[in-house]
Amino acid sequence: MSYLELSKISKYYKNPEGRGEPLCVFKDINLKINESEFITVVGHSGCGKSTMLNIIAGLDEASTGGVILEGKEVNSPGLDRSVVFQNFALIPWMTVYQNIRLAVKAANPDWTKDQIKEYSYKYIDLVNLREAANKRPAALSGGMKQRVGLARAFCINPKVLLLDEPFAQIDALTRGVIQDELVEMWEDTKNTVFMVTHDVDEAILLSDRVVLMTNGPNARIGEIIEIGIPRPRERTTIIDHPQYYKIRNHIIHFLVERSKKMSGAANCDVEQASAEEGPLVVHFREEPPPDTDLKLRVVG
Amino acid sequence: MAEKIEVSEKKVNHFVSMFLSFLILVFLIGLWYLTTLQKVFDSAGLTEDQITVMEFNADIIPAEDGAYEYNPAKTNGVPGPIAVLKYSIEQFSHPFHKKGTNDHGIGHLVIYTTKRFFTGFLIASVVAIFVGVIIGLNTIIFQALNPFFQILKPISPLAWMPLLLYTVKDPQTTAVLVVFMAAIWPTMANTAFGVKSLKKEYLHIASILQLSWFTRLFKVVLPGAAPAIVAGLRISFGAALVAVVPAEMLLGELGVGYLTWIEWNNLDLSGVLFAIGVIGLVGWSLDLLFNRVANALTYSE
Repeated sequence: MSYLELSKISKYYKNPEGRGEPLCVFKDINLKINESEFITVVGHSGCGKSTMLNIIAGLDEASTGGVILEGKEVNSPGLDRSVVFQNFALIPWMTVYQNIRLAVKAANPDWTKDQIKEYSYKYIDLVNLREAANKRPAALSGGMKQRVGLARAFCINPKVLLLDEPFAQIDALTRGVIQDELVEMWEDTKNTVFMVTHDVDEAILLSDRVVLMTNGPNARIGEIIEIGIPRPRERTTIIDHPQYYKIRNHIIHFLVERSKKMSGAANCDVEQASAEEGPLVVHFREEPPPDTDLKLRVVG
Repeated sequence: MAEKIEVSEKKVNHFVSMFLSFLILVFLIGLWYLTTLQKVFDSAGLTEDQITVMEFNADIIPAEDGAYEYNPAKTNGVPGPIAVLKYSIEQFSHPFHKKGTNDHGIGHLVIYTTKRFFTGFLIASVVAIFVGVIIGLNTIIFQALNPFFQILKPISPLAWMPLLLYTVKDPQTTAVLVVFMAAIWPTMANTAFGVKSLKKEYLHIASILQLSWFTRLFKVVLPGAAPAIVAGLRISFGAALVAVVPAEMLLGELGVGYLTWIEWNNLDLSGVLFAIGVIGLVGWSLDLLFNRVANALTYSE
């Protein structure tokens, strides 16, 4: 049994014109995620990937289907699933330390004050914010804010970490540094991670599997790419790996061409047949066979 | 260099505005002085009989060299700045005297009014924030209560006075309740608005962290709505300040508001002008105090 499972989840919105059929964002998404797996969802805007993340977090409701974590259905937010938001969502009237402390205290209600303080500072140090600990979010740069967001998400030691385009609002140079910090923290804890991103390089660097969504509405999982590049991966050296650009090109091709072609259908029901077959799983092997570097297999 | 010039320019502007304020003050006091100058009595054109009647009425009194002048004790019209200044110095020279039930020193009166004001305002603020949070968090309760608020809100706080006086049977409490009625609505409306428009993310964080009801309220909802609440308190503050003066007048409760009425009944316009000035000063200093507190409660994102 998988650790985290999305079971036939669909999301419908009311038709914006008020009448007619409800608008289907995605339908019957099935995804099984293993413990300690780092999984990334990539797709164009409107394919519902952030909605999917919010459904896992319990902040949004699936129209049908459900999310199963360790054999139990989850449908409300909880300390076992923490979220890193694209817009940071730090509490602006609290300092960095107070923001972290709020989370540490919530996760460990029976701890003493000293324990909470010590543990909070441990995470502030992990993201190198000791000097800014007593500043409010308004005084921080975007990168620093998201470091606080990451520290806050990690410090409650969640079963699942949900990252909603965490680096989208951070400049490219800082992004790399914070990605390293994320990897460092994740290597320690090996939480299960579900990330949503637009950044293909980021997805390859961080993920075990990349889930490619077809275009919305009526989005579904188009392909799942298994990334075989061994860990630890370095931002600077991963690009020299023989598989890197093959994977990258494959994903980009998907996003540019196939994601559109594969959606197409106007009605969710037409997609039913292929959805039951399951998406195509593409595995990029570490040691590619001489004739082809792509091994395709379809899982049922 | 450019920056330096700009800075000095700003300073000059500041002085210019201060100088302008001073000029306006001098102009207004001068105008007041000139328009309230006492006329010199001129007997030309008056018959002997008319003068006798005026003297009999003590409108005029005999001066040296057999002429007459207007009786300074029966001055006509509004007193001038010098008379009011003299009166003020006289009042401030013994601020804490108590002669009988109605003649208390100005210091006492200011304290009475301030106490009455703060009691009403603080109780109203607590109630308004409490109700505001509830209706801000719960749309159903908000929609159920909203029609009542809409009808109650435009009623002048003074309109409640007879009913309150009859039910509580105590003018002191009634005065506080009038201030309460004046202060409650703006804070309540703003608190509800602030809570309602609290960013969803903060509530998301609260529910992910499974914060208790108490922590959620005091660490997330109230601080998040604080800027809106403070804006509401500011409006309530002004409304309460406006209400406290007529409440005192109508109820005969000692205070700076009532002072204007006592002096009016004494036909002492210097006293009335003095009382108006004191009301202005009290309101101004309370407002400064409020701003201090308000600045400490707001945050930037």
